[in-house]
Formats: sequence, structure tokens, C-alpha cells
Amino acid sequence: MANVKLTIDSIAVEVPEGTTILQAAKSLNINIPTLCYHEDQKVKANCRICVVEVNGQKLLQTACSFPVADGMTVVTNSPRVIRARRNTLELILAHHPLDCLTCQKNNSCELQNIAKELNMSKPVRYEVASRNLPIDSSSPSIVHDPNKCIVCGRCLEVCNEVQTVGVLAKEGRSFDVVVNPPYGKVFADTACVNCGQCMQVCPVGALTIHDDTTDIYMAQEAGKTLAVQVAPSVRTTIAEALGEEPGTVSTGRLVTALKRLGFHYVFDTDFSADLTIMEEGNELLHRLNTGGVLPMITSCCPAWVKFCETFYPQYVKHLSSAKSPQQMFGAVIKTFFAERNQIDPQSLFSVSVMPCTAKKYECKRYEMNDSGYQDVDVALTVQELAWMIRTAGIDFKTLPETPFDSPFGLGSGAGEIFAATGGVMEAALRTVYEVVTGQTLESLDFHAVRGVEGLKEAEVNLAGTIVKVAVVHTLSQARAIMERVAAGTADYHFIEVMACPGGCIGGAGNPIRSWKKVLRRTASVYDVDRKLPVRKSHENKEVRVLYQDYLGAPLSEKSEHLLHTKYINRQDILRL
Amino acid sequence: MKEMRVLLQNQGKENMSDAAVYIENGGYEGLKKALEMEGWDVIQTLKDAGLRGRGGAGFPSWLKLKFAYDTQSEDKYIVCNADEGEPGTNKDRVLLSCDPHSILEGMAIAGKAVGARKGYIYLRAEYPQIVPIITHAIETAKQAGALGENIFGSGFEFQISIRSGAGAYVCGEETALFESIEGRRGEPRFRPPYPGIQGLFGKPTVLNNVETLANMSHILRNGVEWYQNIGTPTSHGTKLFTVIGNVAQRGVYEFPMGINLKELIFDVCGGVADGKGLLAVQTGGASGAIINPFQIDIPLDIDHISASGGRLGCGTIFVIDDSNCVLDIVRNNIEFFSHESCGKCVPCREGTRRMYDLIQKICAGNGTVKDMLTIRDLAETVRSSALCGLGHSSVVPVISAMDNFPEVFESHLDGDYCEKCHMQRRVMKHG
Repeated sequence: MANVKLTIDSIAVEVPEGTTILQAAKSLNINIPTLCYHEDQKVKANCRICVVEVNGQKLLQTACSFPVADGMTVVTNSPRVIRARRNTLELILAHHPLDCLTCQKNNSCELQNIAKELNMSKPVRYEVASRNLPIDSSSPSIVHDPNKCIVCGRCLEVCNEVQTVGVLAKEGRSFDVVVNPPYGKVFADTACVNCGQCMQVCPVGALTIHDDTTDIYMAQEAGKTLAVQVAPSVRTTIAEALGEEPGTVSTGRLVTALKRLGFHYVFDTDFSADLTIMEEGNELLHRLNTGGVLPMITSCCPAWVKFCETFYPQYVKHLSSAKSPQQMFGAVIKTFFAERNQIDPQSLFSVSVMPCTAKKYECKRYEMNDSGYQDVDVALTVQELAWMIRTAGIDFKTLPETPFDSPFGLGSGAGEIFAATGGVMEAALRTVYEVVTGQTLESLDFHAVRGVEGLKEAEVNLAGTIVKVAVVHTLSQARAIMERVAAGTADYHFIEVMACPGGCIGGAGNPIRSWKKVLRRTASVYDVDRKLPVRKSHENKEVRVLYQDYLGAPLSEKSEHLLHTKYINRQDILRL
Repeated sequence: MKEMRVLLQNQGKENMSDAAVYIENGGYEGLKKALEMEGWDVIQTLKDAGLRGRGGAGFPSWLKLKFAYDTQSEDKYIVCNADEGEPGTNKDRVLLSCDPHSILEGMAIAGKAVGARKGYIYLRAEYPQIVPIITHAIETAKQAGALGENIFGSGFEFQISIRSGAGAYVCGEETALFESIEGRRGEPRFRPPYPGIQGLFGKPTVLNNVETLANMSHILRNGVEWYQNIGTPTSHGTKLFTVIGNVAQRGVYEFPMGINLKELIFDVCGGVADGKGLLAVQTGGASGAIINPFQIDIPLDIDHISASGGRLGCGTIFVIDDSNCVLDIVRNNIEFFSHESCGKCVPCREGTRRMYDLIQKICAGNGTVKDMLTIRDLAETVRSSALCGLGHSSVVPVISAMDNFPEVFESHLDGDYCEKCHMQRRVMKHG
């Protein structure tokens, strides 16, 4: 593409054709304030904060949407522009509850930031109005306060286009326009899969995490024994949530912090990820050998499982019956671990720390009680844990390191890479390959299933049998591949599906994402894997011990009882 | 002053939705000529004729066609904007009812010009009675070979479908109209990309008002010279005017561009009704300027009205008698825009409502000088920053009234009482 020359604030610049004014200004280190703009999303141009003067245009133009042209002259900070931005922002503030101090987004709110940036130091000239709508906390994962919504449209894009779940829509118009589950429904009565990606893009406090931290304090006060498991992603994102650089790995400090928060046992979900691979890998082999339903599809992602149960209920038989690592852990903690340590399971409070908001919903699924109790009592997100650490006055940055507790403190690199899209597939291949061929893998890295492409495919030669696998992330990609499964044109043996863009490391329980951050986190995940002494699930000693002492073998009766689950048809929820 | 009936020449004739009747009256001659021409020559003809859009903005029609002509695409679309939503306006309804083929012909001519094979008529939801008329017109035009696969044996194909709106004013805005046709919520898109490059279904699209398309038929039929001799040097042709309000003879009239506004109201339409005095006139619909009686001695053409701060718009003349209060008219206008804002962009969604609140406050006698300053400040932001024309023009009645009737505003401030719009009447109207 040809380059075009223009001047922005009297500075000459040459940029490729098709660049927007916003991008061109950025290359000159001119930061035009934006609000509805999101670097990973389509341009919306509806907040009108980024307006600039363009020569030849009588009206102000939005820098986010307006393409540069040869000879263009742009002014980004004239009094006229600043006045328009402030007046527009004032209109937003006049229709937004100014209860910042008690808002979950306090200090991480984009509206707050922009008010500061534009030096909005005078009182709003209009009577502050509220929509007076009820707060919807019916979902186990998401709290929706429509009164705080500034109608930027970001969540709409995520819910309808990226995830194709279609729960959120605009209703009404003009001053009364509102973004919500339409027809008066609350989140719990919709097809919402709890992926929480809407919260990740919400610039304000309209969509926030369902805060379950109080449950932890209550369990402590009730004198319960607290056991916590920490998901693979968490060690890579907790430091970021507490202000460190994205991708900072802090496993040891994380364990220390959890101990100081009062958790009696701190375990590693990497361990049960290995357990998942043992069950799921053997299930795949079983299906391959006995002519079972193929392609088999992973079931670690609760958002994906609910999506499948809702939109493709006739294909749930394709889902692996293996539980997710969180739920396997929950079942094992309240049985094997409780017995071993002579703890009454009733007084055992099982907590997980997850990069995920759907895990909150998963642990509350009615069938997740194979231990005789609710297997996992509370699923916390990384963000909630960060709040607890801050509240407890723990200086995370300077903490010493502590190892995980035994017996579930050992995880392999295979368990670790569950965090990234393609990770479950790669972990499964490492084990399945060696189980089937009896040979040791030379290179453990299956690069074909790594990376952020929507659909990744690979073929693996398992002792003469070619196994075709596919990896998808985001539910729009999942929908696309399910349409192929439905049409009978998806000739894969095994498919990995993760609902969140980038996999769990891009999950909504993590600090606010952008693709740039997710890529840095992902790099750290593979780095951890590379440095771990054990990188294959079947070589995890603690997993072996669990099978020897308690479960017997993968797919044994006990394993089936504790580590496998069933799915239901949720299509009814789509009815109005 | 005598009416000059070009567009309305077939008004009153029976069975004009029959293609055969239209052809008997000289119809489809323009299309036949266009079919013998190259696409560019059709555009050149419209350029020479100087046809400008009749929907509101007065944009040169040939330029719109040129944008779509210049863009390479297998599919292109011609869209007829029949979403006549401007309050009080019904010239398009009259035209669609009495001479539907002149619009179909214009669409086919535009299609021939840019190489489009498909056209849509986006019809206002409140005009269901027009649907059978246009449906019949399309069917008979196909039978007569004037529409369809091989028009008059020329090999040119052009099909027309009707799409009905759902009552939103904003869907008269071209990109919101596209969204509506595509089956989505009627919200405007940001520009660029312009419709000529990326319009309906992402394809090059030419959208024209009903009246503009009818003009195309007549220009092609009667020639450039004929057209240039009608109207003023910069605004050619005739214009349909909808004269409404407190005027003796309301209705849709057709005059050459440049007719004097004062003559139109007093000589043609019989002046203010019921022997009352003239208080103000609003030209161009709800988004037009409100002017004083001493300002109405002006020729009605696109440039002249623009130069005086208003706009000819769709040609609606709203006559207001002296039993009304200007502020009440303004309040009604801004309430309309506040209600019809789609809610997509902040300045329009929030700003029109806040302007309404402030005007309402002044109406109730609680306004202050500070509120007046806030209105002006806010209005400038809404005008310059809103996403589409609805927001841009929503402030015109407010600002023009503040400029032209400052004493009315002042007399309402700080608890002063206006006899014409006192509280009781408002409560009855909106209670």
C-alpha cells in the first residue's frame, strides 16, 4: 500500500494508506483520548470522545474511524476540540451513577481515567440521571448493573460476534437505550455461558465479577479446613493483577500469599490437569480402539460445555466424559485427601483459584458432588484473589517463595500448558503418543497446535495410525467447527475447544486483557513448561501414586465415578 | 403565481399504477433513452441538468452516482428512500400514490447509469396503503417489459423490491436505512466509507429520495435544456412543497425552485388560517430554521436558504400563527429529536435529551441566563460531534429560535410568565 503524507498538530508524518488518524497520531506519540475504542475490537465511533478537526470537514471527525489522506491537516487539541470532548464526557457523567468509591472498577475504570485525562474538575451542569434499573446478580459469574452502562457496544461485539452466544442486546432507544439480556430476562435465565469476556471489555462497572471473597472469610470464621487449588494460568497472571508486568511468573510467591491468607493446604491444579490427561487420553484411545463416537471433544472448559449443551445438545456425546481439572481435584480432595488426612469432608472447604468466571458456575452444577458434598465450594478468580491479597495487606512483590503442599503439589509441564489454547491437545498428544507407541517422544513441542489462529490442525502418526486433531478457541470458532461436525465434514479424531480467546490465559478471571498482554502471558506459560523437570502427565509421580493407592487405573470404576461426568440438554433455555 | 406540474403531472389521473396507463402518458420514455446511452452519459446528463437531492441536503445527484459508478463491484444497489419521516411532510406519499412509475423509472435509470441490477424501495411504516400501489406498479411494469430481466429488449436487468420500515425516524438516514434493510437495528454507520463505495450489504449503493428519482425520469425524457430552464441558476427544476400548520390551504404544491416563500404562504396558500397573524415559519421540517415573518421574503432554492442559515430540506413549510409560543414549538421539536435519537452516539443520545430538559425548564419559567449559555454550548457540541445528520440538525430549530426570537426566551427566564404556553396547557397536552 502506498504511503500518505499529512500533518497532525503541525507535525508532518507519513503513514500507510488506510491508517486511521488515531493510529497516525499514536506514531507521533500524540495520545488522542478514546473511550469506546478497544484495540482488539472493531471501530465503533459512538462515544465521540476522540473527535478532531480535519481540514475541509465542517464537522469534527472521530480519529478512531477517520482514515488519513494525502495533504490532510489534523488538529487534535484545539480549544474547540477540547470543549467538544469535555461536553460529551459531561453528558456521559450526567447519566452515570457517581458512586466510584464503592464500585468494583474503582481505579481500573476507563471512564474515571478519561475524566482525569480531560481534567473534568467542574461539577456536571445537568441533573445526574439514573436508569433506576435493578442490579442483576442472578448469574454465578457476572454482576450486571445496567445503570453504569455507557452503551459503548463492546460487550455486544464480544457476546454476539466473538462468542456468538447472543445474550446481550440493545433495547429501547434514545436516552432510554439499555444493553441487557432482552425481553426482561436475567442472566441466569439466558443462554449465557459465563465466559465473562463481556466483563473483560466493559470500560466501566456495568459488567463485573460476581465477588465470592466473602464466602472464604465466612468459611474461615466457621473454623473450616481450607484447601485451595491453583489453576495453571494463575501463577502467570496474579502478579499482573497486582501491578507487575504481564507474563510475570510468581508460583512460589503465590503459594506464600495463599498460606498467609489462611489456606491450610495449597495445591496445584496442574496435578489434576495431568489427571485429566490420563483419563481423557485413555478415553480417546478407548474410543479409537472400540469405534466410539468421534471426534472426541475436550470438556475442560465449562463455558464451552454449556455452549454445547445449549446450542448443540445432540452432540454432547462427542464431549469427553472426563471432568475438568478443577472438578477432578474437588472430587479427590473431599475423598482421597480427606480420608488420608482424617479430615471430615464436611469441615473441608474446597476453594479453587481460576483464570475463569465460568468455573464459578461449573462448581455449582448440581451433579458436581461425587464426593458426597459439593466438590468445589468456591471458585475464585485471579482478580478476586488479588483483592484478597491487597485487603490482607500482603506485599506480593517482596514475598518469599514456598512450594506447593503434598500430595497434590506436583504438576507436569503438560498440566501447565492447559493455560494456553492448544495446551490440552499438546498435553494429550505427549501422553497418548508414548502410551500407544511405547516410544519416548523426541521433541515434546507440538508447534502446530500452538499460536492464536482461530483454527489449528495437525496430524500425528501413532504407530501407523494417523490421528487428526483440531484446536479452536472462541465460541464463534467452536460454532463453526460444530457446524462441520453436524454436517459430517469434520474428519478429526480429537478437537480441543476453549471459549476464551487465547485459551484460559485469556480468561475473564484474569486482569483486563488485550491481545498483547495475552501473548506475553502465553510466552511465559510455555517457558514454565520448558523449564519443568517433568513435562508429561503420565510421568507425574504423584498422579501414579494416586492411581496405585486409590483409583486403580484410568477409566476404572472408581475413576469413572469420581473423575467423569454427564451432560444434559439445555436447549430449552433458548425459548423466549 | 401558478403551479408548475411536472412531477405531479399525473395527479388526479386514474389507474396510474398501471404501467400501460403510465406509458400512454409518455412514461418510460426517459428509461428508453437511458437504455440507449452509456452509463456515464446518463450521469453526465444528470450533471448537465444540475439535479440536486430532494431529501434534505441538496447534494448533487450525479456525484452520488459517480461514486458508485467508479467503484468496481459485481453487485450494486439503488435504494429509494421513501421513509418520509420528517414531521408534517407528505410530498413523497403524494408522489408515490399518484405516479409510482415515475419513481420506478428513475430507479431503473440510476441502475442503468451505475450498473446496478437491484433496487429497494424503503417505505415508511406508516404508509401501508402505498404497498399495494407500488406492488401493482412493479408487477405491471414487469409485464410491460419496463422492469425485470430484459428491459425493453435491451438486455439490461433491473429488479425492485419493497422493504417496509418499522417507524423509526432515524431510518431515513441512509446508513441506518441500510442497517434496517439488512435486518439489523436501525443505527447509522460512521463515514467514511461512504455508501457509494460500501453501502447496502457492503456494496456500492446509490440512495436517493423519492422526489429525486422522479426528477431523473423527467430529465431523461425531456432533456437537459428543458430542465435547466426551470428554477433558479443554481437550483434547477421544480420542487414539491408541503405547506402545513396554521395556513388556510394546506397541501402539497409543486413550483419551480426559487418561488418566494411569502408568496407561497400568502398568495398560493391563502395566508394564515382563521384570520390570525403570522408568528413564525419553519422551513425544511423539524430540523429546519424557525424564522420571523419579516424574514420570509426570500426565494426558496437550496443555496439561498442555506445562506440564510436554514435549509430547504424536504421542502416542508410550517406556518405558525400568533396564538402559539415559539418556545413551545422549539420544545416540541427537540422532544421529537430526543425521542427519535437511536441512542448510538453520546452527543445525540444524551445531548438532545439535555437540551429538551433545559428548554422545558425555561418553558416552565424556571430557566436562567446560565441555562441559555449551556444550551448554546451543548448545541454546538451536538451539532459538530454527533454521528449522523439527526444529531447534527437537531439543534437547528433551537439555535435559530434563540437567534431569531431572543425576546421570547428572555421573557420566559427567571420566573416570567408566558400567556401562550402557560403550565396548564402543557399539562393537558402531555399529562
